[in-house]
Amino acid sequence: MRFLNHMTFGQYIPTESLIHRLDPRCKILATTLLLTGIFLADHAVVYILWGVALIVLAGASKLPIRMVLGSARPVLILVLFTGLLHLFFTDGTPLVSVGPLVITREGIRLAAAMSFRLVFLVLFASFLTLTTSPMELADGIESLFSPLVRFGFPAHELAMMMTISLRFIPTLLDETDRIMKAQIARGAMLDQGNFFRRLQSFLPVLIPLFVIVFQRAEDLAVAMESRCYKGGSGRTRMNPLCWKNSDSFALLGVALGIVLAECADRNLSWFVTPLL
Amino acid sequence: MSIVVSALGYTYHPGTPLETVALEDISFQLEPGQWISVVGHTGSGKSTLAQHLNGLLPPQRGSVEVDGIPCRKGEGRLREIRRIVGLVFQYPEQQLFAETVFDEISYAPRNWSCPEQEVERRVRTAAERLGIPEATFQRSPFHFSGGEKRKIAIASVLAASPRYLVLDEPTAGLDTTSRKELLALLKELRSSEGLGILLITHDLEMALEMSSRILLLHEGRRFFWGTPDELLPELTERNAVRLAPPDILALSSRLLSRGCSVPLTWDWETLANALNRDPSFILRKNEADECAS
Repeated sequence: MRFLNHMTFGQYIPTESLIHRLDPRCKILATTLLLTGIFLADHAVVYILWGVALIVLAGASKLPIRMVLGSARPVLILVLFTGLLHLFFTDGTPLVSVGPLVITREGIRLAAAMSFRLVFLVLFASFLTLTTSPMELADGIESLFSPLVRFGFPAHELAMMMTISLRFIPTLLDETDRIMKAQIARGAMLDQGNFFRRLQSFLPVLIPLFVIVFQRAEDLAVAMESRCYKGGSGRTRMNPLCWKNSDSFALLGVALGIVLAECADRNLSWFVTPLL
Repeated sequence: MSIVVSALGYTYHPGTPLETVALEDISFQLEPGQWISVVGHTGSGKSTLAQHLNGLLPPQRGSVEVDGIPCRKGEGRLREIRRIVGLVFQYPEQQLFAETVFDEISYAPRNWSCPEQEVERRVRTAAERLGIPEATFQRSPFHFSGGEKRKIAIASVLAASPRYLVLDEPTAGLDTTSRKELLALLKELRSSEGLGILLITHDLEMALEMSSRILLLHEGRRFFWGTPDELLPELTERNAVRLAPPDILALSSRLLSRGCSVPLTWDWETLANALNRDPSFILRKNEADECAS
């Protein structure tokens, strides 16, 4: 088994697609708009529309939908936890009671809405990293924050930190996978026993991982210093960002889609009960 | 009693843009007391193959059997396979975690539920084999040098008393002395305890020197399977798979061209072919003069 091969969150998958060719600033702004749109959605029907949008985006990015959906796996436990919390601890019209726990109509709606929101948030956010290389992403973030530099905002440093974090997600997943395999090969049982036992059995994975992480951070810092890295001032770019008409159209398209979805969301309340 | 690999195939991330065929139609057999070297350039599938032999990766195509136990997901006997086949990963010193050297080496036998007395005996035996003094047992493994850490990691695998040992580039990053010591130890383990050894390496010279058989992989496929003697005549073609012939062959040819006597297993033509040279070059006087100068 490749233990962590389902982890696609934070990975960049290079394919020749329309979405990949867009300017990173356009993709960052579009993702921000999409995430806002998801927060505004109240009706199940609108969430279905977001699902359709997700499939269309996957097609346009030439990414298999299975791979895109796989990026939500790391947060499934969080989604489940949030869903259960809302399901059992929301006041309203009681439907079922299991001992001291009461499931209400409002609880079901809230649990469903929050779960959908979380899953869609992660899925749309992962599109950004799946279709944008860490370097492009850093350039995009830096460019978008550059107006704030005059007020002392560390745009370049922030972009660099984000890039390094994103760049090292797949590397650390690979390292974790390798250490897990090495310990399993020595007879470790990482997936057996209760929660605390599993936590304890993960120590032989976590300790070497921490050692490697600190070692890598140290190596990276030394490598950057030895190449005279001194922050963003005076740095030039090999490939300067270039905003094209296609970027404007794509951003307008996303904005229009969100406005339409919000209009549908408001009008649906005439004949469909909202989730929230 | 052997590891039997039949028509093994494995693909990473099937059905995605990252799809990579790591292994295709690999077959061979490793018997106790045998030394097989798996040679190939980076990305040829060597490490993927190693993980199949220990049950860490179940075969997607073909089969792997360890002493008659099929290596299949859900078979329930994968732990038994892992007990029989010890796997030493590349840079094994990076897997260290315990507070003391003793705890680190005893990790595997404890996981196999050995009684405490037996654990102690195995730790002492494995440490002695690797030249780890008992005085260091209560020290932190993190306070040792890279080569010593690797010895501790290998000792922890040996302490499980495996019947076969699979080593993924065990000499990578070691100095010449440590490398020689490690290879001598493996040789000794093979002859005294009849351990079947599968060594994964880039180093063709080491493979030619140590192995009874060599498996040469290229892009996940079996490019050559045979004895070291059989491999040399094939080396010219093997250059196409980015494996340079060992330096010792180049040295032999230079010595021969100067008129020195060099004992050779192969004939002139084979040697010259292996070095990608015209067979007649050794006989040419100007070549000899050039070498001499």
